[in-house]
Amino acid sequence: MSLELGSPVAMRDVFGEELLELTRKDPRVYALDGDLATSTKLDMVASGNPAKFLQMGIAEQNMLGVAAGMAAIGLQPWVCSFAAFIVKRALDQIFVTIAQPRLDVKMIGAYSGLLTGLTGKTHQGLEDLAIMRTIPNMVVLAPADAADVRKAMEFANRYDGPVYIRLARDPLPSIFDERTHTFTLGKAVQIRDGKDVTLISTGTQTVRSVQAVRMLEERGISVKLLHMPSVKPIDVEAIVAAAEQTGAVVTAEEHTVFGGLGSAVTEVLAEHCPVPVLRVGVKDRNSVSAPNDVLLKEYGIDTEHIVQAVESIIQRKVGAK
Amino acid sequence: MSRIASEADLAELRRIAAQVRRLILETIHHAGAGHIGGPLSVTDILTSLYFREMNIDPQRPDDPERDRFILSKGHSAVALYTVMALRGYLPVDELKTFDKYGSRLQAHPDMTLLPGLDMSSGSLGQGISAAVGMALGAKLTGRAFRVYCVIGDGESQEGQVWEAADIASKNRLDNLLVVMDYNKLQQFGWPGEDGNKRRSPVDSPADRWRSFGWHVIEADGHDMGELLEAYAGARRIEGQPTIVIAHTVKGKGVSFMENNYVWHAKVPNAEELRKALEEIGQGVES
Repeated sequence: MSLELGSPVAMRDVFGEELLELTRKDPRVYALDGDLATSTKLDMVASGNPAKFLQMGIAEQNMLGVAAGMAAIGLQPWVCSFAAFIVKRALDQIFVTIAQPRLDVKMIGAYSGLLTGLTGKTHQGLEDLAIMRTIPNMVVLAPADAADVRKAMEFANRYDGPVYIRLARDPLPSIFDERTHTFTLGKAVQIRDGKDVTLISTGTQTVRSVQAVRMLEERGISVKLLHMPSVKPIDVEAIVAAAEQTGAVVTAEEHTVFGGLGSAVTEVLAEHCPVPVLRVGVKDRNSVSAPNDVLLKEYGIDTEHIVQAVESIIQRKVGAK
Repeated sequence: MSRIASEADLAELRRIAAQVRRLILETIHHAGAGHIGGPLSVTDILTSLYFREMNIDPQRPDDPERDRFILSKGHSAVALYTVMALRGYLPVDELKTFDKYGSRLQAHPDMTLLPGLDMSSGSLGQGISAAVGMALGAKLTGRAFRVYCVIGDGESQEGQVWEAADIASKNRLDNLLVVMDYNKLQQFGWPGEDGNKRRSPVDSPADRWRSFGWHVIEADGHDMGELLEAYAGARRIEGQPTIVIAHTVKGKGVSFMENNYVWHAKVPNAEELRKALEEIGQGVES
């Protein structure tokens, strides 16, 4: 696959368009809003198919419960709020009335990660993957670009059960070709093959990882890049094979280093193929409001940090020999 | 004397309710765990709903057009299982498995295990939201079934109950009936003014629900005639959801359990069980 990136598209715009389309195609699909429609772009459903748009107000716990009730009578509600509010504010509701009974509710965590439009600590979502991954029956997805969002949503619509999809606010360059891109639950997407080190990324960090791989290749380092749109279930086979092939792994996520992709990969490697691992992610630290480039740099997750992690793990790999 | 049920019908419901209470006491004694005060207070509500009010068929528990029931106060599960057993959803003998490993009768309701059980619950304040979702979904898709939900008064301290109340009212869900088991006690709560009694978990519930736009009916939650009248009254209301505030007695039917918060989740020993069953038996004959 090429490392060329396409023009920037915002995931939220694609999400709004795709959900509007799903509400038109599938009579079971309804959109539930926690009064953030103009931010999440759920307003596209409100204007394009108002009969399928349900305003649940600023009350996330009830919204998740209402979704459970709708799913229990055969509908497919898509609940949309910021990742922070869905996951942290309505967590017990997700456990008790959605996940345990394995109801067909789709949860959209918009504004995940650090880059949430200068909104800061309360609106950033850095723990959603970690938290959702602990819930039995939960599918956890973090698509990378517009095509990936569409394919993940089409999958979620076909799949009968709870699915959490992590989305980002700001435009990102496209990686995948919409005409040929596919999504398979629990499968990694290999973007680049390489032999020196494996870089495993998810969500928005996959674009920055592509950029990092280009810089590393210019320096003569061969990197195998795996994108993980499916954080749970995770592709154990691909992780183990890549680790066996390259002997070192770096993970990259716009998320805390506790419990997310880095943890999931490390758990797999610790049991099946222990190799040196470095996790690029937000350390044990509260987030703040600041411009995007400042946040990425200060919290250690920009492209340069990914490059540094790869270079440093290669040193460790060499040292281990 | 009720206008919608004969004296014989009411007597039959009372007979069933007494049997439910006896089975609850035996089941909790046998399990050596579980709640008892709340199940005894909600018994008449569940009996009247399952044996008279709701459009359900135990032979077709998955009928998509059946009325739905959610026990939002999930810790009274033993009462629900007992009523469902007597109604024909499961063998009465299965009550002996309550709380055991592998049982369909979990300490708190699990909808994935028992056909006819419409929603998992146990963490308070959540069942009512699911009931709102079912009623809203039925309205949106033009389906005629009704949705019934029982909440507790202690449970009404959860903020989610009021989030749900607001959305039900905004969506004019007249196909939703909530019954509050208003037994005026919770697990521990607050001491009352005189030190002996406990303070009611929720003050002025009727005013609160009215202010949220609900139609409110108050009834004696142990009087089958009043309960049936209340359910019938709710069916006549258009454009707003109804709550029946059913005034009940925690531990109803057993003198030493009644109005005593200690019996929220205490297991009767053999002697207490004998006395309790004796009292329930007398209640039926009188």
